[in-house]
Amino acid sequence: MKAETKDRLLLQGGSVVDPLKGSVRRADVLVVGGRIEKVEASIAAGAGTEVLDCRGKHIAPGLVDMHCHLREPGREDEETIASGTAAALAGGFTRVCPMPNTEPAIDTEAQVRFEVRRAAEAGFARLHPIGCCTKGRQGKELAEIGSMVDAGAVAFSDDGSPIDDAQVMRRVLEYCKAFDVPVISHCEVKELVEGVANEGRVSTKLGLKSGPDVAESAQAARDVLLAEFTRARLHIAHVSAKSTVDVIRWAKARSVQVTAETCPHYFVLTEDALTDFDTNCKVNPPLRAEADRRAVIAGLADGTIDAIATDHAPHLKGEKEAEFDAAPPGIIGFETAFSLGYEQLVLGRALPLADYIARLAVAPRRILNLPPAAVAPASEAELVVLDLKAEWKYAADNVRSLSRNSPFLGRVMHGRVSAALLGEKLFRF
Amino acid sequence: MKLRSRHLLGIEGLDRSEILTILDQARTFREVLDRPIPIVPALRGRTVVNLFFEASTRTSTSFGLAASRLSCGCVNFSKATSAVSKGETLLDTARNIEAMGVDGIIIRHQSPGAPHFLSRHVKAFVVNAGDGAHEHPTQALLDAFTLREKLGSLDGKRILIVGDIAHSRVARSNLLCFTKLGAEVAVCGPPTMIPPDVEEYGCEVFYRLDRILNEVDVVNMLRVQQERITSSSFPTVREYRAFYGLTAERLRKLAPEVVVTHPGPVNWGVEMDFDVADFSRALVLPQVTNGVAVRMAVLFLLAGGEGEVRS
Ligand SMILES: [Zn+2]
Ligand SMILES: [Zn+2]
Repeated sequence: MKAETKDRLLLQGGSVVDPLKGSVRRADVLVVGGRIEKVEASIAAGAGTEVLDCRGKHIAPGLVDMHCHLREPGREDEETIASGTAAALAGGFTRVCPMPNTEPAIDTEAQVRFEVRRAAEAGFARLHPIGCCTKGRQGKELAEIGSMVDAGAVAFSDDGSPIDDAQVMRRVLEYCKAFDVPVISHCEVKELVEGVANEGRVSTKLGLKSGPDVAESAQAARDVLLAEFTRARLHIAHVSAKSTVDVIRWAKARSVQVTAETCPHYFVLTEDALTDFDTNCKVNPPLRAEADRRAVIAGLADGTIDAIATDHAPHLKGEKEAEFDAAPPGIIGFETAFSLGYEQLVLGRALPLADYIARLAVAPRRILNLPPAAVAPASEAELVVLDLKAEWKYAADNVRSLSRNSPFLGRVMHGRVSAALLGEKLFRF
Repeated sequence: MKLRSRHLLGIEGLDRSEILTILDQARTFREVLDRPIPIVPALRGRTVVNLFFEASTRTSTSFGLAASRLSCGCVNFSKATSAVSKGETLLDTARNIEAMGVDGIIIRHQSPGAPHFLSRHVKAFVVNAGDGAHEHPTQALLDAFTLREKLGSLDGKRILIVGDIAHSRVARSNLLCFTKLGAEVAVCGPPTMIPPDVEEYGCEVFYRLDRILNEVDVVNMLRVQQERITSSSFPTVREYRAFYGLTAERLRKLAPEVVVTHPGPVNWGVEMDFDVADFSRALVLPQVTNGVAVRMAVLFLLAGGEGEVRS
């Protein structure tokens, strides 16, 4: 994937989506030296200005994936920071926040700096690390959170595992207040979970070991109460269950500082996708029932769920080619997220386009204290060009991630990201 | 007479007529088993492998016997003696066995779906001999065969399955099989052992045995797995027996025409009292004998055995 350097670039003929205002309007965008100079209804290309034809397309702020797994360090055969940030950029994500459950886990300042440097060397999507809450993700002692913030970490999580001990969770929430960073909770009461399938109709039929939705929502309830008690910032990761959406809605009504994300697979697929024991549909938390899927969409529509993240979790074919119990959970998601959401939420009339972009571009920046998603003069150019009329097939040959574990391979998608502009660098896809 | 699928992965994939095809074929083989020399050359020159990742002497022996009665070679592969303990994956194991050139693979595995996974990667036919808590189709077929011998058709018969429905592959396969054959099925067990949405199988759910026991034609007892006894599924063996066991007292109250089945091995004194062993309508041992005939039928039909079954 190659970048073209553009000193003066005019994005001409497109419509600008401003998710902050919730508007879409016809406008040209002139970018000079990597900064937005003008956004006006019609701008003439002057001498020395290159033109990017955006007729019939939309221009939006770059998307931010606040929850993904890049596997470096430790499993560079599954994904590297370079391959992952390239795949993310092709999916419209100009910034990504990898979770710290690598091998070893990211729990020191030096490791945070390593990630940031690797991404800068690669030159694709920007990277904002998420550091561990506890040393070695053991859920026992606090990690050096302050030092990691100084090195660039934007949030803290022991993702991959819950923090079982309520006292440790309380201390993590309290401690993070000093640095104004959110704690991202992977909600799972482990004692309630026997396996990785939703406990319900499908697990009964297939005899799969399972865990109920209350394993997620009970932990979410504990954590929002702790967040209320400590007056700290809590973010609930990968919401999959109706009962969790209800808990978050209740917490927000009480003015608890809680935010939440979900992932495309939770609003596109249900447990019925497991019927052939398809290990590409094995995720944690598991795909749930149709009522949960609908509740997740309703939660996105009314803002109970603030953000859409991918939980991009690469695994090699050989690892997924196994019996269901033995396969690792996870789906890759960078290159399909925008289209799946566009199809399901925008074409499905759950969210207007600008609000949909807000879930992908505005909310993650707000939650993580990143610069706002402005398509306005004086801000740095961080834009994506969207071709909403495009129909394309997601095929294994074109996947940029090093892994191919997606149940969506072969699916015809609607809407795609056709270019990304990061400062002076233009990427076309 | 053919089955639609090349494999027997579960009762799920069979329709009523296929089940009856297998049961009719099994009747022929049941007669063979009563002959002085109970062997037919139906599958001479063929070989199957017993690929057992979970210990089970009964089922593997039954399949082994079924193969030998059909003059079919059968090799045993068990987890303990294999490279699986050295980290070999199921796919590696399957490919290696395939490379040895067998016609069929009989697999028992602790993971639901393992036989389905295997069937997508090998040329041999695959028989599910039990996959986790999912299915155990030959057990259901032998139960249906045994009940048909005793009761005639299962149409309209009321069958009660008692015990750990949630973790039992026998319960799942039997539910599917009995309902496909026209029986009315109910399940009974403590709520901790009843899986969600089990009614979708078309069965009624009972939590108290005494409220339903006297209204059924067949009592299909399940084995209480050892690990459930030590988990939080029920308080004590004593309490389990008191509420869900087929005790001597309950046996006395059963209508005389009721029959009792159990997939074995029985935990005597837990799910059934010793007295049931002497109960003339307990079919535990006939089930074992019929198991060989049913498995012969399954191997015969899947291996594409044809023509008259000669002695
Ligand atoms: Zn997680
Ligand atoms: Zn994750």
